Amino acid sequence: MQTIEFKRRPKIIGSYSIVGPKEGQGPFGSFFDYVMKNDLFGEKTYELAERKMFEQAVMGALQSAGLQPNDVDLMLAGDLLNQIISSSFTARAFNMPYLGLFGACSTMAESLATGATLVDSGHFGNVICLTGSHFSTAERQFRFPLELGNQRVPTSQWTATAAGATILSLEGKGPQVVMATFGRVIDYGVVDVNNMGAAMAPSAADTLLTHFKDTGRKPSYYDLIVTGDLGKLGAEILLDLLEDKGIKLGLNYSDCGHCYYTRGQDTMCGGSGCGVSASVLNSYIIKKMKKGEYKKVLFVPTGALMSTTASQQGESIPGVSHAIVLEMGGV
Amino acid sequence: MQYLWVFLIGGLICMLGEVLIITTKITSARILVAFVLVGVLLQALNLFEPISRFAGAGINVPIIGFGASLAKGAMGAVKASGLLGAFTGGLQATAGGIAAAITFAFLFSLICKSKTK
Amino acid sequence: MKNQNVNQKYNEYVEARLPKTKAWPSLFNSFWVGGVICLLGQGINDLLLYLFPYMAMQSAWAWTLIILIFLASLLTALGVYDKIGKFAGGGSIVPITGFSNSISSPAIEFKHEGVIYGTCVKMFTIAGPVIVVGVVASVAVGIIYYIIGLF
Repeated sequence: MQTIEFKRRPKIIGSYSIVGPKEGQGPFGSFFDYVMKNDLFGEKTYELAERKMFEQAVMGALQSAGLQPNDVDLMLAGDLLNQIISSSFTARAFNMPYLGLFGACSTMAESLATGATLVDSGHFGNVICLTGSHFSTAERQFRFPLELGNQRVPTSQWTATAAGATILSLEGKGPQVVMATFGRVIDYGVVDVNNMGAAMAPSAADTLLTHFKDTGRKPSYYDLIVTGDLGKLGAEILLDLLEDKGIKLGLNYSDCGHCYYTRGQDTMCGGSGCGVSASVLNSYIIKKMKKGEYKKVLFVPTGALMSTTASQQGESIPGVSHAIVLEMGGV
Repeated sequence: MQYLWVFLIGGLICMLGEVLIITTKITSARILVAFVLVGVLLQALNLFEPISRFAGAGINVPIIGFGASLAKGAMGAVKASGLLGAFTGGLQATAGGIAAAITFAFLFSLICKSKTK
Repeated sequence: MKNQNVNQKYNEYVEARLPKTKAWPSLFNSFWVGGVICLLGQGINDLLLYLFPYMAMQSAWAWTLIILIFLASLLTALGVYDKIGKFAGGGSIVPITGFSNSISSPAIEFKHEGVIYGTCVKMFTIAGPVIVVGVVASVAVGIIYYIIGLF
């Protein structure tokens, strides 16, 4: 059984999202808590800007929950940079107990699933889940220098400059984390680093199939089923893969990455990066749940577990994704 | 008239690079390497000079010209000073371009910051 | 463990689903931008020969390339060259200006890692292979030329 149910139903009592200027012009623009004026965010390097984004996300989430930094019992965080420095350095700044996670772009789900388990166990009171990504830091680590005059291929996705933080607790009000399906690492042998959607779609399909099998539910049970950053192509592939297994996702299905930018923003297949699902969850989804527009949400961020070294050595790209069931309580 | 040839040949060579990008999805480093090799080969087969005579900058400005200068330098130096020339000639002939690219890159890196897209 | 069958079938399926882009606009752009860069080179070259009639052909070409390299480096530093590149693709990669851009862009990008390990080391991430392959090939050509000359 890969799916567990949280009997005491940890609640999301605080959330915050922060994005870059390009992301602020996207469809979700008005939902984000803060839109940066420029990608450097007043810092000297993009790495420092990413860290400052993380710190502001933590501060904002604390504020929305009415907590102080020392009220937090544990920080669960991850990012895309080598040795997850943005997360660790943020934990250093806040002097919080900290577990670093790496799930690539699935980190938001990984941290929520772990956090909910720990809160549900009763050992931890308030747990903060945090992740994000920055276009310029990711681009220089994984791809090419910003100034290089090359063209983006049509299957590529745009790494989002965005971060999101969520605070889980048994006390307080907010959407409840009801279940989590921990995903397996799935690799169908895609080697093209410019086609992450195709690399991750099988893992999303596997996790969703497992979730529906474990719970006996149908896709129509949920008001919203949302994957992380499969992008346009990846989302289409996911629908095909599930249809092959006899499961049809309806209009309640969407992908954060696919809808993250508008067409004119020239991002090819859409957004990618930890920040996409983290910022959409902590703005659009949670706000809509609080308003009662969504009651049952299945949140399935996907991650591509590759490194530049592995890719250069010709390894294929494995994917992982975890499913989180969010429900608005008392309805 | 020569300008027309420069434009047509130069454009065609660049378009060939674009064809490679579209059909094989190779990165710019590989494209540059491929075209340098083409230049070395053209010069080695003594085909570069005849094209250069009417195409001018059309073939000298693309990185093919860089490859051709490398090979031309090596061959010329072999003629003048024997086997040693094979090692000294290529870089000697292209030293200007390489040194300029390195120096300007270094200077601008001191002055400028990278900008996000 | 791995099911090779699924892998292959899936990859063939993905290949078939790849978005089709129209190649003609980007081919056309690479053609005319590349052509214009070459025209610019010819113009500089002719101007040099006009201003300095006694300049050797060889030196004129060297100066032309150095000027083009300078311009590309400057445009890279100003953040303009990547925009040209996005539009023209091969049109601005294949000319010597693309080579200059490939050296300047990492040099500027990685300055925060320090002059030695940032700028100087990363400068050759893209141009390094070009120089290595070019030099090795030219040495090989030189040696072969020498051997042929012996007979």
